[in-house]
Amino acid sequence: MLVNPIKRAYLALESWFNVSFGTEWNPMYHLGTLTFFLFWIILVSGLYLFVFFHGSINGAYESVEYITHEQWYVAGVMRSLHRYASDAAIITILLHLFKEFASGRYRGFRWFSWVSGLPIIWLVVTLGITGYWLVWDELAQYVAIGSARLLDSLPIFSSSMTSNFLQGQMTDRFFILIEFLHLLGQPLILFFLLWLHVKRISNVEINPPRGLAMGCFMALVALSLIKPAVSHGPADLSSMPSMLELDWFYLNAYPLMDYWSEGYTWLLATAITVVLMLLPWAPPKKDGPAAVVDLAHCNGCELCFDDCPFEAISVQARTDGAKFEKEVVVDPALCASCGICMGSCPSSNPFRQSEEELKTGIDMPALPVDKVRSLTKEAVAAMSGQANVLLVGCEHGFNVNRLDNDETRGVKLMCSGMLPPSMVEYALKKGADGVMIVGCRHNDCFFRFGNLWIDKRFSGERKPILRKRADRRRIRVFGGSETDKRSIENELKAFRQELLELNKNVIDNVASEDSSDA
Amino acid sequence: MLRAKIRQMLSLNNKVIRYILQAINYSLFMALIWYFSTSPVYRQLADDEAILTISFAHAGEIKEPCVKRTQKELMALPPNMRAPMNCSRERSPIVIEMMFDGEPLYSETAEAPGLYNDSGVDIYHSVKVSAGKHHLAIRMDDSVLKEGFTHVFEQDVDIKPAQILLVGFNPSKGFIVR
Repeated sequence: MLVNPIKRAYLALESWFNVSFGTEWNPMYHLGTLTFFLFWIILVSGLYLFVFFHGSINGAYESVEYITHEQWYVAGVMRSLHRYASDAAIITILLHLFKEFASGRYRGFRWFSWVSGLPIIWLVVTLGITGYWLVWDELAQYVAIGSARLLDSLPIFSSSMTSNFLQGQMTDRFFILIEFLHLLGQPLILFFLLWLHVKRISNVEINPPRGLAMGCFMALVALSLIKPAVSHGPADLSSMPSMLELDWFYLNAYPLMDYWSEGYTWLLATAITVVLMLLPWAPPKKDGPAAVVDLAHCNGCELCFDDCPFEAISVQARTDGAKFEKEVVVDPALCASCGICMGSCPSSNPFRQSEEELKTGIDMPALPVDKVRSLTKEAVAAMSGQANVLLVGCEHGFNVNRLDNDETRGVKLMCSGMLPPSMVEYALKKGADGVMIVGCRHNDCFFRFGNLWIDKRFSGERKPILRKRADRRRIRVFGGSETDKRSIENELKAFRQELLELNKNVIDNVASEDSSDA
Repeated sequence: MLRAKIRQMLSLNNKVIRYILQAINYSLFMALIWYFSTSPVYRQLADDEAILTISFAHAGEIKEPCVKRTQKELMALPPNMRAPMNCSRERSPIVIEMMFDGEPLYSETAEAPGLYNDSGVDIYHSVKVSAGKHHLAIRMDDSVLKEGFTHVFEQDVDIKPAQILLVGFNPSKGFIVR
């Protein structure tokens, strides 16, 4: 099966981190929360630095020198942490962007998160730039003049901003402005944009796993001690520094501007932004039809509301006069068509209405629960091996139909979270020896929570639960991507072996019961 | 093969190996930040280079001469607007040319900004030059009503490496080099 080379590269990187960190701590699964964590480090270290910082032309450099050399053991480390956490944030943000792009999580219903994330990148970069400005060393001078040149090239200012950085022209007012921007203005806008960015998702997490956060923090502290952040020489507006140790994470546009021009630099930045902004519609992705509520089978239990990963379901007072207090409503504009709601509905029970069409409280028009039941039934009936395994997969993970044979049959859902737990029991009752759920890689569901909810439903932590009478030895959950065929086959082989043993024990037990009866 | 072997070892729940792999990953992460936070060093100017910057704000002369209003014209105006002279607001563009050792270094014709082209012009231009002794010549025309350049300036300058030689302008003193 052909896999897009960008996705293949991403999956390889993800696999490496899974081997190193395990699926719980894999940084690729926590890039957003890691960035939040880095922002916390930046905020706390920045507040400490602010205590000792003097926001004036004459005081800024000296105060930063005091921070760096006199009080190196706390303030110096804080300064280094402030810088390196900011650099690390650029890495995590770019990896986050790469991951979402490579795994196709930027189109269709996800356009909002993608588009609202792009201004955050630019804001973080400008936040870094104003931070470098405040040190008022030679690098700050270079950044200040370069930024002014960039702004002057736009036809919005009537007078030249660059002329403020000529010898004898600089005033403390500029420092107050930059200080205000860096300490209050930009962080507030960033906070608002972050809120907007996660607005369309539910159960938002902002903290990475503790172990990963600790590891990241310790690495940054170690780097701060090994290579403390230091300043260049003090700014001198009568001369131009020849050599600069640039922070390439933030200041890469300035050399480009030196060699190119301000206009072309703007053009490049604008072109990159516009291309990234338009990516979700190039070409547009058509999501499947939204979930549909059938009030005749809905008792307003709110399980689908709790499980929806994208805030597409809301609860309101009952409108059909039924005895129940509430009902759910789907907003088609927000619905990702993942079907997780269908899997969470207690009415999606295949043992109901066995002789007629199965109806449930919330269903997917593209793949209704009745169709899932009939596909399950047909798949089980089609197997004739000694240990028949029904594979339940999803559209975004490994294609389970690639393993179809006499003793294996795949049923592909929109998301593994779409599977009602009772459907597993149904498959076992209909004759399957085992059911293996092969959704996306563990902790990396395309629809965020599909495999997580499956785990919790099976372990009894989340409704609707898999009943205790279901033989857990005949159920296996093993996530995998398109490139994980070998590991899935190995897991399936081991599972089948266990099933054969189980079947053998059952036959032996029945035989011994028969002989004792005789 | 190697991956399979690593997986096999990890499947034995060998935490030590996992921590070693994590340490390698964190080291790579640190190395990435270590390097790109200051490297590669960017060379902005060669050892023998300096910067010549010309920067000033100046309003060109009124583009058309003022005309004295006739009595009839004055009476046609509201009483509060009966100024004896009728002056246009539009200002002349600023034409500037800079020669460095006899070679053209910079030239610009800057139209007066504003809705009625009646505002002052901001001139800012910065250019790399070689350090050492040079001859600097600047000519500026700020009036379309006068023939030729209205301000001419010439001076020998000795520019040190990395120096920003600043050329300004003051209407009463003319061009100033700092």
